[in-house]
Amino acid sequence: MADIRSALATNMRQNVAFYIAIAMLASLYLVYNLMHPRGFSAAVLIQNSNESVAIIFLAMAQTVPVLLGGLDLSVGAIMTLANCVASVVVNGSPGQIVLGMIITLATGTAFGFMNGLIVVYGRLQPIIATLATGAIAIGLALFIRPVPGGNVDGDISWALTNDLYEFVATYGLFDADAAWFKPIAWIPVPLLIVVVIAFGVWLPFKRTVTGRTIYAVGSAEGAAFMSGLPLNRAKIAAFTLAGFFAACGGLYLAIQTSSGNADITQAGAYTLNSIAAVVVGGTSLLGGVGGAIGSMVGALILRVISFYFRIVSIDPLLQPLIEGLVLLAAVSLGAFRTLQVKNRLNLFR
Amino acid sequence: MKFSIPNLKTEDKPIVIASAFILVILAVGTAYTLSTQGSAPLLSPGYLLQQLQTGSFLGIVAAGMMVVILLGHIDLSVAWTMTAAAMMATTVGGEMAIPVGIAIGASVGLVNGFGVAYLRVPSMIFTLGVDSVLRGLMVAHTGGFAPQDAATPLMRTLAASKTLGIPNAIFVWLVISVIIAVMLKRTAFGREIYVTGNREVAAYLSGIRTRRVILGSFIVSGICAAMAGVMLAGYSARAYQGMGNAFLLPAIAAVVIGGTRILGGQGRYIGTLIGVILIVLLNSVLSIMQMPEAGRQVIYGSVIICMLLVYGRGNRVHS
Repeated sequence: MADIRSALATNMRQNVAFYIAIAMLASLYLVYNLMHPRGFSAAVLIQNSNESVAIIFLAMAQTVPVLLGGLDLSVGAIMTLANCVASVVVNGSPGQIVLGMIITLATGTAFGFMNGLIVVYGRLQPIIATLATGAIAIGLALFIRPVPGGNVDGDISWALTNDLYEFVATYGLFDADAAWFKPIAWIPVPLLIVVVIAFGVWLPFKRTVTGRTIYAVGSAEGAAFMSGLPLNRAKIAAFTLAGFFAACGGLYLAIQTSSGNADITQAGAYTLNSIAAVVVGGTSLLGGVGGAIGSMVGALILRVISFYFRIVSIDPLLQPLIEGLVLLAAVSLGAFRTLQVKNRLNLFR
Repeated sequence: MKFSIPNLKTEDKPIVIASAFILVILAVGTAYTLSTQGSAPLLSPGYLLQQLQTGSFLGIVAAGMMVVILLGHIDLSVAWTMTAAAMMATTVGGEMAIPVGIAIGASVGLVNGFGVAYLRVPSMIFTLGVDSVLRGLMVAHTGGFAPQDAATPLMRTLAASKTLGIPNAIFVWLVISVIIAVMLKRTAFGREIYVTGNREVAAYLSGIRTRRVILGSFIVSGICAAMAGVMLAGYSARAYQGMGNAFLLPAIAAVVIGGTRILGGQGRYIGTLIGVILIVLLNSVLSIMQMPEAGRQVIYGSVIICMLLVYGRGNRVHS
């Protein structure tokens, strides 16, 4: 018992930023629902989760290169590329739809893999290499969709953006009104998708040698090299995984909006917001500390803050200003550390 | 790339290669126009001067961006610093227009520098936050529309008129370039920027007030961005929402293509100058070829990657 308690205490101490982020999200969302004129309802939850999926996936995508101590400025562009690919291939018979989804995810993953190859074998700084490949991804997206539009299967669009009940009912998997199904029928499908991918892909990956090497590279690349860890494999894997997560975001965006849109401004905004979400979620931009689950929470915090504008009567013209101030305040929170530092040399790293 | 140019200092290599690439761009563009229209507009001085005039705004932003990148930091707030300076300058109008614009830039730089140097927030994220605050302020100020105020005559003169057949904007770019180059090369502040960018701890232990150096550099970057914004407003006769958005990434790309290390501590101003010219000419050749936006983006990205693969490669990791 004492062991468990001390292990828990260590865990808490090592992940302070993560637990603070969770507490912040919980309180923000609780207050949001208390203030909501119609109170908590499943419909609001579904709407909220639909609007959060893309940025959550992008934040998770951004996390992996950030853990290496790099940045991936192409995640927004890869998402846009996947979005445009999906708007072409995700329709037809069920088999074709599944194939289309696989093609979409493979496109993003392959692009991320290419990023990894350029960073590792070209020995370029990730920030500037992905800045350039991001332009390439946007260019390819524009080739596919010069103007916004597309054709995504209506059933899948309906089924994946609603609650489990509609999902089951749309595809007639079993009797959606069955008694045992009632307690879980309200769960929004988008929420489920995010949780399944976050816990099904990220957590197992984190425990592999490659996953641990990513953390090691972010902490001290030289030491990781001397320990004989597979540096190149870890770096390539990090960017590939980033491409995969970004493609998940793009695929969902296509399903949600039933269209593809190669919007350069939107891609840039998503990339920058993903960095903000990563930082708010407790991952250090210096690398080595944090994780994708934290970034998921960080992205949700940023989204919930923007939900507030719908229920609080604030002049719409002031909304961007308040969003900006909140973001600035959130990232400056870490500054308290500098006030406690006694030896000034510790400030420079 | 051992086979390419062996007897060149690492600092000069990017400059030589980028210059050579500019010639390649001009040659390809001219070959294209000769084969399709039978003329060579790319090589006429008038056309080149016009390209440099539109490039001068990017050049001024890149000059400030380079100072910050030399420190190993980055300034993502230039886009809305430009817009904010331009909007406030046109709002105030009259004689005070340009001083007000520059003051806006300097204060944005002060905030950025304070956050990065004293609060120790990573520049990537702090300047991003400042950027969105500025956007919020400008939306609140203008109501989300393009302001109706026109640029002042002085702004028009600086950005859009010509003296002796050469656009004034090029002169402004030249003056700012000389100031930045002299500052980097000949002043204590300039040397301190390089030293701090190489290793901040070592610089601090040698008695350099590194935090003031960082603060100063961000102010320089803010002022440059503001100046570019004011000029751009003069060029288009008014300020408008998001006028700076198209400048952020090309400015970073120009600095890096010019051989400045993104991690700081290394780079020459002449390289940035050449980087800007390269990007401007690349853009104009692509538009002469009537390349659709899709192809432009792909070529743009590929060129940056290829240039960097030739000379921007890092060292292998050792212990």
